[in-house]
Amino acid sequence: MGKARTIARRSFLVGSVALAGGVAFGTYVVRKPHDNPLADQLANGEATFNPWVLVSSEAVTLIVPHADTGQGVASMQAALIAEELDIEFGQFQISFGQPSAAYYNTAMASEAVPFMSTDKSFAAETMRSVMGAAIKVLGAQVTGGSSSTPDSFDKLRAAGASARETLKLAASQKSGVPVSELNTSNGAVQLPDGSELTYTTLAADAAKLEPVTDVPLRDPSRWRLVGQDMKRLDVVAKSTGTMDYGIDMYLDGMLNGTVRMNPRKGAPLNGYDATAAEAMKGVRKVLPITNGVAVLADNTWTAFQAADAIDYDWAPAAYPAEQDAHWDEIAASFVDDRLDSEWRNDGHVDVALEGAETLEMEYRAPYVAHQPMEPISAVAQVTDDRVDVWATHQMPRFAVDKIAAITGHNPAQIYFHNQYGGGSFGHRLEFENITATVEAANQMRGTPIKIIFSREEDFAQDFTRQIGMSRSKGAVKDGKVIAHDLQIATVSSSRSQMGRLGQSLPGPDSQIVAGAWEQPYAIPNFRVRAYAVPELAPTSSWRSVGASSGGFFSDCALDELIHAAGADPLEERLRLMNHDVSRKVLETVGEMSNWGGALGPNRGRGVAFVLSFGVPVAEVVEVTNSDSGIKIDKVWVAADVGRVVDPINFDNLMKGGVIWGLGHAINSEITYSDGMAEQSNFYTHEGMRLNQCPEIFVKGLENGSAVKGIGEPPVPPAAPALANAIFAATGQRIREMPFNKHIDFV
Amino acid sequence: MKITVNGRSHDVDVPAEMPLLWVLRDELQITGVKYGCGIAQCGACTVHVDGEAVRSCQIAIGDLEGDVTTIEGLGTPDALHMVQEAWIEHQVAQCGYCQSGQMMQAASLLSDNPTPSDEDIDGAMSGNLCRCGTYPRIRAAIKSAAAKLEG
Repeated sequence: MGKARTIARRSFLVGSVALAGGVAFGTYVVRKPHDNPLADQLANGEATFNPWVLVSSEAVTLIVPHADTGQGVASMQAALIAEELDIEFGQFQISFGQPSAAYYNTAMASEAVPFMSTDKSFAAETMRSVMGAAIKVLGAQVTGGSSSTPDSFDKLRAAGASARETLKLAASQKSGVPVSELNTSNGAVQLPDGSELTYTTLAADAAKLEPVTDVPLRDPSRWRLVGQDMKRLDVVAKSTGTMDYGIDMYLDGMLNGTVRMNPRKGAPLNGYDATAAEAMKGVRKVLPITNGVAVLADNTWTAFQAADAIDYDWAPAAYPAEQDAHWDEIAASFVDDRLDSEWRNDGHVDVALEGAETLEMEYRAPYVAHQPMEPISAVAQVTDDRVDVWATHQMPRFAVDKIAAITGHNPAQIYFHNQYGGGSFGHRLEFENITATVEAANQMRGTPIKIIFSREEDFAQDFTRQIGMSRSKGAVKDGKVIAHDLQIATVSSSRSQMGRLGQSLPGPDSQIVAGAWEQPYAIPNFRVRAYAVPELAPTSSWRSVGASSGGFFSDCALDELIHAAGADPLEERLRLMNHDVSRKVLETVGEMSNWGGALGPNRGRGVAFVLSFGVPVAEVVEVTNSDSGIKIDKVWVAADVGRVVDPINFDNLMKGGVIWGLGHAINSEITYSDGMAEQSNFYTHEGMRLNQCPEIFVKGLENGSAVKGIGEPPVPPAAPALANAIFAATGQRIREMPFNKHIDFV
Repeated sequence: MKITVNGRSHDVDVPAEMPLLWVLRDELQITGVKYGCGIAQCGACTVHVDGEAVRSCQIAIGDLEGDVTTIEGLGTPDALHMVQEAWIEHQVAQCGYCQSGQMMQAASLLSDNPTPSDEDIDGAMSGNLCRCGTYPRIRAAIKSAAAKLEG
């Protein structure tokens, strides 16, 4: 173990305590459960047993606090509670609940610690436990990092089991039948005489009982829902136009509006002339907000027109105005004083490379925008004694803090109504739509305000993915890869994001080298170093975060080395692999794709493997080099999440992740000129359209010991698998995304 | 101005250049039709005018000729259109925000061409953007609906 790594870990440990507000917390604080937020608002006769279950005489309500931005976590959370509660889809309603510390995320810790996800050593587990305690004490309610399923898997089944046993106890007291003779199914307690007591009829009695806790979870052989194809709770609404997203919210007396903020992100508005806009028919108000203005009108379209009619005097950007300067800064960052951490140092890389014939490679990954289909928006109403905000957010407690800072209300007076989101991909971890709307509504107390960002404004204000480069030096010998020295320099999206939350990142940023350093390869001499590029344009978490660039850098470089060795890309990866669960994933994708089978002329096949968020994923891409460009024919993808909760949703998310990864690798980047993003709508940044979409074959494996999420892990291997396939078909190595800068696609 | 949406007539008092999209959403509170890009790049706002799929963000209300059908008029949870049935059967939606437009486009394709080939589907559907990546399911759902039409 290298010295730098040891130091990094120690500073991280100190830092994680700093994260908890500088206070070292004792066992009592960590063990103490958070208050149940449902208990505060309980009506007479309503029962709650924990923060996830509410039973009234009318209905059973399951609280699903992880934000559903399309990944299906509302159904997943409900299914886990319902599994143990013995209630069927259709017999309960759901609510996203109010933001609460009780909904802290127990699974975020595993990505936040500087240990490989495959590392189950004492030190690694101790660190995870320290981080987990910090997250609990902070009450960090976060949806992200593909952690919703791992966070929920045991916790929500336990919540369902506790509610079930308490309801049985109430039924026992009511009927005089011992609990041991009672059964439950279909939302009711069954008595031995064949009669039943529905949960709703037991609510008032159960409300008087102390919840039964520490109920053992059922053996998987008894599961009714988990592992079976599910019909998502939102599928009918989303197939009939009846799903209400935040953008669809309508309140009586509401004004529709939009904002225009400095397109040089984060810089102020020096002044503006709104005379023409204010004279337009239907325009009600032009209000100053941070770095811009809000325009309120009778309808959104009028607000858009009025925002265009204002003369703005924008201050210059705090970051370099032109894109070339961003790249220059990154290229200049491979220096000792920007070394963030040395994450891995196996063998003796310098010795192995000395005198050997080495291969040197430089890879690039650009800024990319999130741009979910529902543009960011919010509805807010501020009165003197309460604030209501309707929007979708992945960190609602932070949103409440931001709202409180604007309006001066006590957080207890702020009601944040989380909504189904029309996509996120990390976009709804940021706050501009909420803060802008609340700033406007606070100046118009009593009047409900809806703010919709135009697509152009959404592009202009999007905090993109990190930008970065890698430099690799490697050596091969006797047909094998023997050394890889991988250096990655990116801006720190984690620091950029935490900075906007008024926090600093404790320790090194693991995301700079995510998808690279923790890969389960036993290359005899393998070093991975992270260089932190000082903040350029602000960045944030973009679906799969650091691994979206790190996986591209590390897997493509490995592929180049394997080809230099004259080895088979799949066989050599398997030979180097030292993690059984990962090896099976890679073997599976080889079998699925008939790897090694003959391909016709002008065709090529590439494989990539990236482990991210604790999930090993392997993909094989097959392409044809046609007269009109590269055509992506087929993709095979295998992943191991330990347990597939819903095979249909798993399949949908895997395919979506592959398409996200491929589409942006081919087509998309954000570049800056005059301090502004040059791409302002989908015609210059679209990801993938249907005509480019390949046939995709999916397989989920269940060999891993822990249950993991699948929202992000299929993304990182897509770009390298495609680049490797293009090389196989054409002999051309593409070392920069988007690939369409270097080769045409059908 | 009078417009007919999903069989109901409405009087709206708006400027003639206001796009149909915003008349539907903000004036009539018909919100199944979605704003995605405002410039006919994404198809989220697709509706039918006299049965033909059009981008409602590009039609000035003053230029509208014909009856408008939105996703709410295509079918309802209790009386589904066969395209909606196929969308549910295949569980196409992830975030679902683009799917109203996708289904309106697909319904129009199938009414013009009940047996579309893959190329026909590419041609008709590639103007409708989905950022979640539900394309394989969209393709399968269209084929399923087509098979039912044929059967």
